[in-house]
Amino acid sequence: MSLDGDKQKEVDSGEPASRNGPGMMSRILNTVGLPRLTVGGFVVVLFVLGRIMGLPLTNLLTNSISRFGMNAVMVLAMVPGIQCGIGPNFGLPIGLLAGLIGMVSALELGFIGFEGLMLSMAIGAGLGALLGIGYGLFLNKVKGQEMMVGTYAGFAAVSLMCISWLMLPFKNPELIWVLGGKGLRMTISLKDTFGHALDKFWNFQIGGFVVPTGLLGVVFILAAAYKLFEMTKLGMAMDLAGQNERFARAAGVDCDRMRVVGTAISTALGAIGIIVYAQSYGFIQLYTAPLLMAFPAVASVLIGGATPSEASVSNAMVGALLFQSLLATTVPVAQTVVGGDISEIVRLIVSNGMVLYALTRGHGGEAANG
Amino acid sequence: MDKHGVFRVFSKRITKENFKSILVQNIVPIMFVILCLVAVRWSGKPLAFLLQEVVFRMSRNSFLVLSLVIPVMAGLGLNFGLVIGAMAGQAGLIFVAARQIPGVLGLLTACLVALPLALGLGYMIGRIMNMARGREMIAGMILGFFMNGVYQLVFLFGIGTVIPFSNKSMILPSGIGLRNTVELGTIRWVLDELLMVRIGPVRVPLATLALSAVLEVLITWLYRTKLGQDIRAIGQDMRVSQVAGIQVDRTRIVAMMISTVLGAFGQIIFLQNIGTLNVYDSHGQIATFAIAAILVGGATVSRATVGQALLGTFLFHLLFIVSPYAGQNLLGSAQVGEYFRVFVAYAIIAVSLALHSMQRARAQAAQKH
Repeated sequence: MSLDGDKQKEVDSGEPASRNGPGMMSRILNTVGLPRLTVGGFVVVLFVLGRIMGLPLTNLLTNSISRFGMNAVMVLAMVPGIQCGIGPNFGLPIGLLAGLIGMVSALELGFIGFEGLMLSMAIGAGLGALLGIGYGLFLNKVKGQEMMVGTYAGFAAVSLMCISWLMLPFKNPELIWVLGGKGLRMTISLKDTFGHALDKFWNFQIGGFVVPTGLLGVVFILAAAYKLFEMTKLGMAMDLAGQNERFARAAGVDCDRMRVVGTAISTALGAIGIIVYAQSYGFIQLYTAPLLMAFPAVASVLIGGATPSEASVSNAMVGALLFQSLLATTVPVAQTVVGGDISEIVRLIVSNGMVLYALTRGHGGEAANG
Repeated sequence: MDKHGVFRVFSKRITKENFKSILVQNIVPIMFVILCLVAVRWSGKPLAFLLQEVVFRMSRNSFLVLSLVIPVMAGLGLNFGLVIGAMAGQAGLIFVAARQIPGVLGLLTACLVALPLALGLGYMIGRIMNMARGREMIAGMILGFFMNGVYQLVFLFGIGTVIPFSNKSMILPSGIGLRNTVELGTIRWVLDELLMVRIGPVRVPLATLALSAVLEVLITWLYRTKLGQDIRAIGQDMRVSQVAGIQVDRTRIVAMMISTVLGAFGQIIFLQNIGTLNVYDSHGQIATFAIAAILVGGATVSRATVGQALLGTFLFHLLFIVSPYAGQNLLGSAQVGEYFRVFVAYAIIAVSLALHSMQRARAQAAQKH
């Protein structure tokens, strides 16, 4: 994961140091970017702290890697959204719901194990793409307010599905409440079906450090596939539409259509993302669980060096790795240092701090009401 | 009397000619009235019960909803950072609960403790809003989440370590951090029972309602002052205001500071009625529900009046009361009704923001031609 792959062309000329010859510090800051530098620094400090505290490093590393695999696809889903011009896809829960529907449908139909996982992904991605087209068409009508409208469209979709989970006529006793015989459970265990199917696929150990080959393989395949898509004519047109709408239109690109394509891909990736997440977690979480899941994904891609208008696959991968390592190492280190679970607070402050940082820099627009 | 239309819900006087355009412009409150009527019908609850519930909910919520009006006037959109004001209010309440200060004095102390906190936080929000022009609402929402982390850090890890805290019964067994629930026994219902009047079968907390009325008068009064005119001017057009010599950035910060302070007071009023403070959850949904309420009243991102705030609070909370009962009677599940009302809150915000964005795009397109 080299850093030269991403488009780190942030305008940092406002830095006082860069005016009289770029200093060492500001040069590093410009190439690596403040978010990556701070979060990366934190991770290093935490690893060192963990080492001093005598925590087994292999454990920290294993946790970091598996958490990265769990979340990477959802972070990858941010890339097409940003590239096509809708910005960070705060409406990601719509895709997550498609993935959840995919999983419960596959289980209801009696597909367990690997074929269940595959069917879940097929249903989820298909449904996600369809919903994404609709959602993309909707976003074309609210240009400039995608983040806010997307957030609340996602929230509304999650709460609407809360009602549906209660009402849908699922029959599989493993899925529905034991009492009453109606409505899906809050959490569905995947222990006897496809829980850890990817994590355990060809996994191996190097001195206590577990490599989840299947999990990382899926992340790698999806990331590589998206990289290939970026090189196609459609992918390039989409990126152009997001970077400069006027210029893209002059080049004969149908920007509105590109935005729909990007949103559809983002939503479909979100659906696959939650399936990867759930198999790794071992449970399907329904009802309000997906409500706030877009925010860590948005934060991750921004930590990786993306901006609300530019992103690359490597931004997503680096961001997911840094953010998840930070969370994975905070829990045990804080437990020994502070004596309490501070990870939720770290998650809130770091992820939202990063989003805020991205929102407050760059071009100033009009007022909220124009 | 209402020269500036602060109380007016509809933007124009209704005549035969503009009846249809008013109908279209106010589709949100009209649809909501219909939804409420259906839900009230199916809830099967007697009118006296509903009235009583609505009166209590109006009295404890309208102050919070009213605190949204000024940022909208100033062109900052809906203040999703209202949670931060609520956090300041809760800090005041925690102080009072720890010292066990009783009665009205306790309430005033809470406000006094919250005031400097809210002013400082409001200043910070204003500064950040100025850095995030054009993205104020999303920045406010994310800032709310961020400050929630800071708030938890302070009360979960700061209390007992950095901040000395004498009342041991409120602290977790480990000696660090506050317990989740804080009983507000000493100030519970203090404001509400100051002047409780019985009208027919309904008990009306007149003092609480009067406080909201005072705020309404103050907002109306603000319209006439220099500050109010500046606020309205920057809400109309920032660039023109800048040229006209108005200190745009400063005025925006002042608007956020006012809103944050009002949010803090609003949360104190809200929680004195509830009676218990959930240290880590009570503020969570405050901004969402207040914003949904004002939008239900017909407000938009760029236009909000006191009248819309009050109408919206009434309608939104009426639906909040009846939907679990209606869900029970219609679908055999109260849970469905509860999810439904949350869905309505989120959907109303999404739809209102979308409608406003579309109308603006249409207006811009019309200007070009």
